[in-house]
Amino acid sequence: MTNHAIENTNESGNINWRDYFSFSTDHKVIGVQYMVTTFLFFLIGGLLAMVIRGELLTPESNLVDRSLYNGLFTLHGTVMIFLWIIPFNAGLANYLVPLMIGAKDMAFPVLNAIAFWIIPPAGILLLSSFLIQGGPAQAGWWSYPPISLQNPVGYPINGESIWILSVMLLGISSIMGGVNFITTIVWMRAPGMTFFRMPVFVWSVLSAQLLQLVCLPSLTGAIILLFFDLTFGTNFFKPLENGDPIIYQHLFWFYSHPAVYVMALPAFGIFAEILPAFSRNPLFGYRSVALASFGISLVSIFVWVHHMFTSATPNWMRILFMVSSMLVGVPTGVKVFAWTATIWNGRLHLLTPMLFALGGAVMFVFGGITGIMLASVPFDIHVNNTYFVVGHFHYVVHNTITMAIFAAIYFWFPKITGRMYAEGWGKVHFFLTFIGANLTFFPMHPLGLHGMVRRVSSYDPQFQGWNVLISLGGFLLGMSTLPFIANMVVSLIGGKKVSNNPWHATGLEWTTSSPPPKENFEEIPVVNEPPYNYNSSEPIPEAAVTQE
Amino acid sequence: MRRIFNTLLLIVFVAVILVIARWIGDQAYSWMPTQATAEAKRVDQIFSFLTSVGAFIFLGISGMISYSILTCRAPKGDWSHGHPARSDIRLEILWTVAPAILVLWLAAQSFSIYQQLDIEGLAPMAHLHIPLESPADAATVPNAMEPAVENVEVMAKQWFWSFRYPNQVTSPELHLVVNQRTRLNLHSEDVIHGFYVPEFRLKQDIVPNRNIDIVLTPTQVGKYHLRDSQFSGTDFALMEANVYVDSLESYHQWLSQAAVSK
Repeated sequence: MTNHAIENTNESGNINWRDYFSFSTDHKVIGVQYMVTTFLFFLIGGLLAMVIRGELLTPESNLVDRSLYNGLFTLHGTVMIFLWIIPFNAGLANYLVPLMIGAKDMAFPVLNAIAFWIIPPAGILLLSSFLIQGGPAQAGWWSYPPISLQNPVGYPINGESIWILSVMLLGISSIMGGVNFITTIVWMRAPGMTFFRMPVFVWSVLSAQLLQLVCLPSLTGAIILLFFDLTFGTNFFKPLENGDPIIYQHLFWFYSHPAVYVMALPAFGIFAEILPAFSRNPLFGYRSVALASFGISLVSIFVWVHHMFTSATPNWMRILFMVSSMLVGVPTGVKVFAWTATIWNGRLHLLTPMLFALGGAVMFVFGGITGIMLASVPFDIHVNNTYFVVGHFHYVVHNTITMAIFAAIYFWFPKITGRMYAEGWGKVHFFLTFIGANLTFFPMHPLGLHGMVRRVSSYDPQFQGWNVLISLGGFLLGMSTLPFIANMVVSLIGGKKVSNNPWHATGLEWTTSSPPPKENFEEIPVVNEPPYNYNSSEPIPEAAVTQE
Repeated sequence: MRRIFNTLLLIVFVAVILVIARWIGDQAYSWMPTQATAEAKRVDQIFSFLTSVGAFIFLGISGMISYSILTCRAPKGDWSHGHPARSDIRLEILWTVAPAILVLWLAAQSFSIYQQLDIEGLAPMAHLHIPLESPADAATVPNAMEPAVENVEVMAKQWFWSFRYPNQVTSPELHLVVNQRTRLNLHSEDVIHGFYVPEFRLKQDIVPNRNIDIVLTPTQVGKYHLRDSQFSGTDFALMEANVYVDSLESYHQWLSQAAVSK
């Protein structure tokens, strides 16, 4: 059985390395294209952050020019959100969703390839703004007017207009992906794969992509109007010409808050796959966890104003959105408690994917709690736009979501490549990342409480101690990607070959060969088991155990 | 027997983290800057409360996860399954309802504190007091119904602050009288700026072409820094002003000197 699987790998090696540089319509090729491309953007976004942290080592502005500093944090945010987390999740879902639901491919393979191929040119376009006169956009990834409408060069081609075009293109790519994922999940499930037999990862992709479809057009519309104001002299958002800049903020956050859940839900889905597999227990409360994904989506559409508590927002709106924002804690709590109960009394294997998942889950509890605190209007009025907020959302986007992404890469690496990564180096990567992440993002909370505002290139010398610590943590975090990259490259070439299911996990993706053949399955599987069926009393077959 | 032991263990665990969480909440006051307004005291109260509740939840969940990590390890290479429990409807209802009640309680506490802040001059709702605190505590807060005594125009532009006083004196310094309600009319000439003095626990965006007022009562004489808190472009980091909270005499002394030197 096992030997057959390995042979199968070689025979079915009909994915050639050249395919990864072509307009392939195979969801597995596209998934890998997404993941590798976005990882390169992650490294670029990380380098931008290193320069920012280099500047903030000292209270004076002495490393980069102030306007370049503004460009650096604008592109850091834009790259990390629109070119790393969102498209990486799309890539992972591209690879996994058809396998997990027993489909041969995505519903619209050509649309799928187009959605991917928009990303590299859009990313290169964005980064090319470093080379033009006036440099990249400097108004932050939120790009509030009227500051974003102050065109320093006077030409129609400027950093801001390039930023708008690039974000618009990436938005179009995401909408194409959304249509494709929803159609695939609703219509292409294998026989017997009822909704309540789908893995929670698939549920989380479905709810996240529904959010994309409902909310993203709001951002696209807003930045089109912004482009008109910037380039053609319209006055939609210019306060001194009777436009309204606050409307832009509403339109922007109507997408950009749910965007956090577009990023976070797949991460929660990853935890829901990995925690059961490495504690050998069924996912506790499967139905409530699956439905909680939709609960989070639904509530998250009605919380956007909590980003605007200080933006001349009337009292009734402040109170309403305080209550709605706090309610996000309820479905999120359901997930966290379910993870805790899943590993309770389990048989834990602390291998690299599990370490990243546990580390990410614990740091998510921290980031979630500071999120609830920020929803409290009187407290938010003090810490809004300070480093407290920066610390909070990096606990979510890095310490939870990026940790989950690393967990996913290690977990599905054997499936995608047919080879095993080096476990020892995986653990080194985990501990460096976990220490670096806390060293970088925890001290931002006391800084914010003391009133250090965000987006500054120089600061009061009283804040230097914490800032040095944050910068050192940031450099450690930068270094921590090196063992990861080395591990991936070396294991891809010389890693030990693996069987179909090295983790003895449940789920259809583990029933096919590693890597899966073209069209995924020898024959379309029929599902007759509940998900996460880790409660069979049968012993694990001896042959499979020795394979480890 | 084992069941009783486990229950006892759970009770001890909850009690210990309750004590620790309470202690952390008490420490939270010291993580904040000086309290220079009556509002600051209120904000620190809600922060301390949120910190206690948050610490309890964080310690509870991470404690349980740590316990599992320490005690429930499978031998290497043994992939046999754990317990078969899939769900427990009572437990799931409990952990849906309990957080719902908890967040509504947090929201109610925040709302009650918010009503006691009298920060926005245009905010009628801020006067609907439902005092939840002890009357003795309330007596220290200046009466919110009292009209503001002083009016200062705050003008923000890239990247300077200036302040106009009732006698038409304009100065780059903000002077306020201790224990006196002052209304600040916030104006911006170009982009959105933000009025933020950490010691006042107050922040308000200043939107061009909109009349936005805040009202505040400083309670502590001293020198503070006003920071632009809404990103405003190249020299955003430099957009600061000195804020002086003076006694009534020194305020008038400064104001007349400023009028003469003008």
